[in-house]
Amino acid sequence: MSTAQSIDVHELAAELTTSRRLLRFATAGSVDDGKSTLVGRLLHDSKSVLSDTLDAVQRTSRARGLDTPDLSLLVDGLRAEREQGITIDVAYRYFATPARTFILADTPGHVQYTRNTVTGASTADLVVILTDARTGVVNQTRRHAAVAALLGVPHLLLAVNKIDLVDYDRRVFEAIAAEFSAYAAELGIPEVTAIPISALHGDNVVTRSGRIEWYTGPSVLEHLENVDLADQSTTGAVRFPVQYVIRPRSDELPDYRGYAGRVTAGTVRPGDEVVVLPSGGRSVVAGIDTADGPRDLARAGESVTLLLADDLDLSRGDLISGVADAPGPVTEFGATITLLADRPLRRGARALLRYGTSTTRVMVTSIEGLLDIDSLSYVPAPEALALNDIAKVTLRTADPLPVEDYRAGGAVGSLLIIEPSDGTTLAAGMVGDRRAALHPHPISKEATA
Amino acid sequence: MTLTDTTPTDTTPTDTTPTSTTPTDTVAPAKARATSPHLRTLESEAIHILREVAGQFDRPVILFSAGKDSVLVLHLARKAFHPAPLPFSLLHVDTGHNFPEVLAYRDRVVAEGGLRLQVAHVQDWIDDGRLTERPDGTRNPLQTVPLVDTIAAERFDAVIGGARRDEERSRAKERIFSLRDSFGGWDPRRQRPELWGLYNGRHAPGEHVRVFPLSNWTELDVWNYIEAENIALPEIYYSHQREVFLRNGMWLTPGDWGGPTGREVIVRRTVRYRTVGDMSCTGAVESSATDVRAVIEEIIATRITERGATRADDQLGEAAMEDRKREGYF
Repeated sequence: MSTAQSIDVHELAAELTTSRRLLRFATAGSVDDGKSTLVGRLLHDSKSVLSDTLDAVQRTSRARGLDTPDLSLLVDGLRAEREQGITIDVAYRYFATPARTFILADTPGHVQYTRNTVTGASTADLVVILTDARTGVVNQTRRHAAVAALLGVPHLLLAVNKIDLVDYDRRVFEAIAAEFSAYAAELGIPEVTAIPISALHGDNVVTRSGRIEWYTGPSVLEHLENVDLADQSTTGAVRFPVQYVIRPRSDELPDYRGYAGRVTAGTVRPGDEVVVLPSGGRSVVAGIDTADGPRDLARAGESVTLLLADDLDLSRGDLISGVADAPGPVTEFGATITLLADRPLRRGARALLRYGTSTTRVMVTSIEGLLDIDSLSYVPAPEALALNDIAKVTLRTADPLPVEDYRAGGAVGSLLIIEPSDGTTLAAGMVGDRRAALHPHPISKEATA
Repeated sequence: MTLTDTTPTDTTPTDTTPTSTTPTDTVAPAKARATSPHLRTLESEAIHILREVAGQFDRPVILFSAGKDSVLVLHLARKAFHPAPLPFSLLHVDTGHNFPEVLAYRDRVVAEGGLRLQVAHVQDWIDDGRLTERPDGTRNPLQTVPLVDTIAAERFDAVIGGARRDEERSRAKERIFSLRDSFGGWDPRRQRPELWGLYNGRHAPGEHVRVFPLSNWTELDVWNYIEAENIALPEIYYSHQREVFLRNGMWLTPGDWGGPTGREVIVRRTVRYRTVGDMSCTGAVESSATDVRAVIEEIIATRITERGATRADDQLGEAAMEDRKREGYF
C-alpha cells in the first residue's frame, strides 16, 4: 500500500468513526420504477459495496451479456423467494457517510404492497417514493404516500426516476412534483422534496448531475444526509413500558428492584412523580440506573433501569407514566389496523393483543369501515377483513390497558393482533382513527423547488 | 464523496435531542462509553431486544463461540441486566477444530463472569454415528445437527445469536425474532412482519425463535463499539506471527484437523483472523493491525466482507448461506 493510500485510509477511518446520527428510511415504488437500481446505485456510489460483492455482480452482469454492471443485482432477492414465487416483506441495507449512518428498509413494490410498505415505513424517519418520469404520479405513488401519512412519517422524498428518458425536461419534472406535493399537502405530510434522477446513470443520486443544470436542489444522498431529524418524542411526560424486573437478590444488593425498559416518549429524571398503569399507584423516580452508572436523565429511545421510591410490585406489562397527561386505562377503544397475514379477520374474532409490553386477550367487536386508500375515505366494511386491508375497528380487551393515540414512529399507541394458536401476527394497529388524524395544510411554494 | 460538515444536531452527545444545553451526559461514566449517537441508538435497541427475550421466553440461551459478534452479544446482555446475573445460559457447538486460543478465551470469560456454559461436541455426534465426517474434513456444516439436537434436548425456546444483516446478502431479510420449526428450519412464508418495537415471540410447542440483537449493526459498528467499550477479544483477531499454509487461496493453520497435505508448505506469516470458526475453513489475512483502531482502518481499506474473504464454506455457492439457514444452522 502506498503512502498516499495510507493517508486516505486514516482520513476515511476518522471520518467514518466520527460522532453521527442514525437515519432510518424506507424506499417504495411500483414495479419497473427502477427502485432496485436506485438502491444499488446509492450503495455503490456511497462506496458501501464491498469489493467481493461487486466482483460477483460484475461476473453475473458479464454472464448476462451486459457491458456495465447491473447494480440492481446488489439487491437481488433470495432464491427461496424466486422458487416459491413470493416476496418477503422488507430487506434491510446499511451504509454510512461521514455525515450519517443509514438503515434502509427496502420494500418490494408489487404484491402485498400495503403490508410491505407499512412494515418498512413503521419506524422510518423518511420514505423515498419512486416514480417513472414517463408515467408520473400513478395510483401506486398516491398509495405509498397515503400509507406513509397514516403512519405519521414526517418526511417524503419523491424521486422522479428515468428523467433521461424524457430528455431531462424541466416541465415534465415540475408537473409531477407539483401534482405530488398537492396530494401530500392533502395528506398533511409536513415536508416533501422532489428530485429528478436517473438511477441508471447516477444523475442526482449521490452526486448532483451536470446534465440537469436547471435543478439546483440536493441529490438524494445529500437530502438524506441533511434532512432535519429534530425529534418531538423527547418532549413531554415520560412513557416507560416495563419489560423486565431486575432483582439481583445478592448479598450486596438484597433489596435492589429495578424496572428495565426503554423510554418510548418524553424524558425522565430522578425526583419525577410517576403513576403506574393500569393499577394507578403513584411513586417517585428514585434513580435511573445503567451498566455505565447512574444517570440524571433519560430520553425517548434510551434503554435504562428505573428505580422507584415505593414498593409497588410492578411487573412486565405495566406502564410507568408521567402524571401530567397519564392515559386512563380502558377495555374498549378504536384502532386503525392493517391485515398482515393471509387469514381473514371477522367481527367477533378473538385473539391476543400486544400493546407496549403487555399481552391480553382481545375481541374485534366491530369493523366500522374499510379505508379506500385511493379516495382516503371509509367504505362499508366487508364481512371479513383480508390481507392488506386497512380498517377502522373497535377492540375490547380482557384487561384494562392504558392506550393512547398513536404517535409517529409507533413507540406510543401501536399494537399487534396475534393468533393465539401459533403466534402468527394477524394485524398491526394504531390506536385511534388515523384517517381522521390527517390534517391537510396549504401547499408550500418551497416544497416543489 | 465530499466530506459534509455535520450539523449541530448531529454532534450532540445524545441521539434524540434537538438542544444540547441539558446536562444529560455530564455524569462521568465509570468507563469508556460508545460516544457516537448512532452507536448509542444501536446499543439501546440491542438491550431492548435482549430484555424482550428475558420477558417473553422461559429457556433462552446465547450461542457463544467467542467470536467477536457473540462476545458483543454477551457484553450487551450483561449490560441489559446489570446489576443482576445474566438470565441466559451459553451454548457453544464445538467442531473439535476450534482455535485453542479461542477456547481458552471462552473458558476464561465463563469462569470470570460466573456464567453457565454448555458445550455440544461435534465429535460426539461423529463417534456415535449420527454424523459422518466430510471428505474435505470441514466441520462447519456439521454444526447444524448438534445445535438442533441440543436445542430440542434442552427445550431452549429462544436462541440468541450474533448474526448481522449486513454480513451476507441472504441475511438482508432476516427478522430480529426469526421463527424456526422443530427441525430448526426457516420457512420464509412463516416469518412475521416486524413493526415498530413490537417483537412477537409466540411459538407453538417444539418450535423456537432465533433472536438477533445485532441485526442492524454493520461490521464497522461492531469494531467501533468494541473500541469505545474497550471489550477484550481472543488475541487471534489481532496481528501476530503464525505458521500457516496456503489452500484454496486462504492461509490456514496446520493441525490435526487435516493439514497440510501433499505439496502444501508451511510458512511463517504476520496475520490475523477476521472470524474465528473452524480451523479447516477459516483463513487468516496478512495484516499488521495490532489494535482495534488499526483493524478499523484495515477494514475500510480492504472493503472485503468477512465471510466472502475468509470462510471457505460460503464460497461453495451464492446461495450457500441461505441453504444452511434453512437447514437450521443460523
